[in-house]
Amino acid sequence: MSGGPGLESLVDQTISVITNDGRNIVGILKGFDQATNIILDESHERVYSTKEGVQQLVLGLYIIRGDNISIVGELDEELDANLDLSKLRAHPLKPVIH
Amino acid sequence: MLFFSYFKDLVGREVTVELKNDLAIRGTLHSVDQYLNIKLENTRVVDQENYPHMLSVRNCFIRGSVVRYVQLPPEGVDIELLHDATRREARGG
Repeated sequence: MSGGPGLESLVDQTISVITNDGRNIVGILKGFDQATNIILDESHERVYSTKEGVQQLVLGLYIIRGDNISIVGELDEELDANLDLSKLRAHPLKPVIH
Repeated sequence: MLFFSYFKDLVGREVTVELKNDLAIRGTLHSVDQYLNIKLENTRVVDQENYPHMLSVRNCFIRGSVVRYVQLPPEGVDIELLHDATRREARGG
């Protein structure tokens, strides 16, 4: 019985993924499976630093393995457009420790 | 199965999920699955000053394997019910 949340509702939406090593990758969800492996199109990584604004590195079409995923968030395009990433300063996220 | 059923009964409540990377996210419990993956709605990161990484995210899916704690409202916890359920589970296995 698997009911409950699936990533079904997020397919073709822009999502923000937080990985176990603390990276933030934004892209369009194209596919997923029961192991939470995901296919992300038009993806880019957002690198946060305390010294300079957010850096965006273009990645393209990616598969991210499920056991490396912490969070899959639905990106609200409106809220995101209001952000000035060049002004954002933050420590990079910590890696997951099991 | 016990906690899966327990969380299903908590759908609609405000909870705070603390993850193994120390991130804490508050939101309304939307759904849960057999792996205890959690979907939260109306999310806010607890310490948004230090964690601006999810400012534009309002709904998220949290992988069960990365959850450290799920903080519940005290009114949401029926100790007697939980006690009975765990006793039954321990007996039946």
